[in-house]
Amino acid sequence: MTDIKAEIDALPGLDPQAPLLDVNDLHVEFRTRDGVARAVNGANFTLKPGETLCILGESGCGKSVTAQAIMGILDTPPGFITEGQVRYRGIDLLKLPEAERRKVRANHIAMIFQDALSALNPVYSVGFQLGELFRKHRGMSRGDAKKRSIELLDQVRIPAARSRVTDYPHQFSGGMRQRVMIAMALALDPEVLIADEPTTALDVTVQAQIMNLLADLQNERNMGLILITHDMGVVADVADRISVMYAGKVVEEAPVYDIYARPAHPYTRALLESIPRLDHKGRQLNVIRGLPPALTAIPDGCAFHPRCSYAKDDCRQDPPPPPYAVQPNRTARCHFWREVVGDE
Amino acid sequence: MFRYIVRRLLQMVLTFFGATFLLYALVFANQEDPIQALAGERPITQNVRQVLTERYHLDDPFLTQYWYYMKGLLTGDFGTSLTGRSISDMMAQAWPTTIRLALMAIIIAATVAIVAGVISGIRRGSIFDNVTLVLTLVILSLPIVVLAPLTQLIFGIKLGWFPPTTGADPGFFKLLMPALVLGSLVVATELRVTRTSVAENLRSDYVRTARAKGLSRQRVIGVHVLRNSLIPVITLIGVDIGQLMAGAIVTEQVFNIPGVGFNLFRGIRTEDGPLVVGFVSILVIIFLVVNLLVDLLYAALDPRIRYE
Repeated sequence: MTDIKAEIDALPGLDPQAPLLDVNDLHVEFRTRDGVARAVNGANFTLKPGETLCILGESGCGKSVTAQAIMGILDTPPGFITEGQVRYRGIDLLKLPEAERRKVRANHIAMIFQDALSALNPVYSVGFQLGELFRKHRGMSRGDAKKRSIELLDQVRIPAARSRVTDYPHQFSGGMRQRVMIAMALALDPEVLIADEPTTALDVTVQAQIMNLLADLQNERNMGLILITHDMGVVADVADRISVMYAGKVVEEAPVYDIYARPAHPYTRALLESIPRLDHKGRQLNVIRGLPPALTAIPDGCAFHPRCSYAKDDCRQDPPPPPYAVQPNRTARCHFWREVVGDE
Repeated sequence: MFRYIVRRLLQMVLTFFGATFLLYALVFANQEDPIQALAGERPITQNVRQVLTERYHLDDPFLTQYWYYMKGLLTGDFGTSLTGRSISDMMAQAWPTTIRLALMAIIIAATVAIVAGVISGIRRGSIFDNVTLVLTLVILSLPIVVLAPLTQLIFGIKLGWFPPTTGADPGFFKLLMPALVLGSLVVATELRVTRTSVAENLRSDYVRTARAKGLSRQRVIGVHVLRNSLIPVITLIGVDIGQLMAGAIVTEQVFNIPGVGFNLFRGIRTEDGPLVVGFVSILVIIFLVVNLLVDLLYAALDPRIRYE
C-alpha cells in the first residue's frame, strides 16, 4: 500500500508551524477573445485546523475561481494564475510540479461542488467513483475499495449503504447525492475541505441536514473548512471567520461576530442591510444599487466606488485601498473604514 | 428489457411486410417493359414474350402479383430473377461479400474517426486539429463517384499497390482499397461528432470533479471523458453500418465486387422486380437489427437509459 500522504509530508518546505492554508495576493485572469477578465485580483486569507472560513460574495465575484485556483483545477487556458501564493503548511502549491500537485488533491485538500448531479459522472456507479480514490491513491484492490466506499456512505448517513453503493448518481435524491459528494471529498481524510456552495441546489430542510453533517464531520476530523456561499444565514450559523469578496478582491476579512456587529467595509454593510428582517415587515427591502462591474472592465481605485455611499475622490483613483488593519486579525480594504465601523 | 426486445422484434415483422409492400408497389409503378429491358437491344419473338409474361405473372393486376410474391416469400422462396437465377442463390453469394466489405469499412472509419476525433477534441485549435478539419472537409466534399475511380486509377493502376478490381469471392486484401473508399463516406461525420463530444465533455462538471480527486490526466480522459463521449458516436456508427451497405452500390460497381450493391444496380436497370424487392427487404431488416443492437448498446453504455 502506497502512502501518498507521507510523500507530501516529506516535501521540502513543509513547516508544521505554518498556517494550514495561506492564500496570499492571489490573482487569476481569464484570457478570452473578448478581452482579459480579471476574476481574482488579490485574494488573501488564512485557515487554521478546525476553523471554518466563509467566502461570501455575489455571483461572479471570483469565489469559485479562487477555490479552483487553490485546488489547481482551473481550466488553463483560458484561466491563468498570474500572481500570488497558495501555501499549504508552508509549501507553495503553485510552484509544485503537476505530479506532486495531483497528490495534494483529495489527499490534503478536497472539494465539494455545488451541483452534485452534474459533478458526478453519470455513467459510473457511486461505488466506482468512490472506490477509484482508494484504488488510485491507496493502491487498494477493488474488493477493499468497495468495502471502504460502503463505510464512507455509512459515515455520511446514507441509508442502506451496502445496496446503494452500486447505484448510479441519477438514482439518488438531491440531498443524498450531495452526501455522496461529501463522502468522496472526505475519502482520503483531507486536512482542508473546500465546499463551493454545497447547499445552493437543495431545498431548505435538506440544506440544514447537509450543513449539520458537514459541521459534525469537520469536528470529528478537525478539518479546516472553506465554505463558499452567498447565503448570509448559512454564514452566521457555521462560520468562524468571514472573507467578503467583491470583484475578485477580499474587501473585508474578520471574525464572524465582529463582521455582523460592526462591518468595516461599505459593501459588507450593504450586504448585511439587505437581509430581510422580521421587524422591518411591510417595509421595502434594502438593496445595493447598481450591478457588480464586468470583470473585463473593473473601475479604477476601489471597485465598489460606483455603488458606494461613502465614496470620495480618493476612492475613484488608483491605487485601490490596501487591506487596512482594523484590529489585529481583521482587515478591510476601505479608505474610510473608521467611518463605516463608527456608523450605526 | 426482455419484453422490450420482443416488442422491437415484433415491430420488425410489421416493418418487413410494410417495406416489401411499398417496394413492390414502387417497382410495379416503375416497370415499363421488363422483358425488353432484359433483352436489351435485340428483338423478342412474340412466343418468348408470352412465355415470360406468364411465368412472371406480368399481366396480372398488382395485388395478385404481390400475393404470388408473398406466398413464395413466406415459404422461404425469394423467387426467381428475370434472368432465370434463383434469388436466394444470388443473395447467398452477394451478402457475405457486402457484409465483409461494410464491416471492414466501418471498422477502419470508426477507428480513424475515434482516435483522431479524441485527439483533436483534446487539443482544440492545435495544428493536428486544423489539419484534420481540412482533410475531413476535403473527404466530405468528394462524392464517391469521383473518389472511387480516382483511387482505383492512382493506387490500383498507376502505383499498383492494390488490385484495381476485386472479382468473385474476394479476400481481405482485395477488399482493402474499396473498404477505405467506402469508409471515407462516413469517417468525416464520425470524426466531427467525436471531437465535439469530447470537447463538450472535457468542459463538464464531472471532469472537474475527477481532476479534483487527484486522478491522472490519462485516467480522467480515458475513463471519465471517453465513455461519456462515445455514447453519441456509437449511435452514429450503428446508423452508418446500414448506410454503408446501401451506399456500396457505386463502390461495388467501380471495383467490380459481386455484392448487394452490384446486384441491386443491375436489378434496377433491368426492371427486375423480385430481385430489387428481395435485396432491399433484407437490407431493411439488417438496418433494423443493427438499430436494435445500437439501442441495446446505448443502454449498456449509459445507465440512465433503461428500457421497460
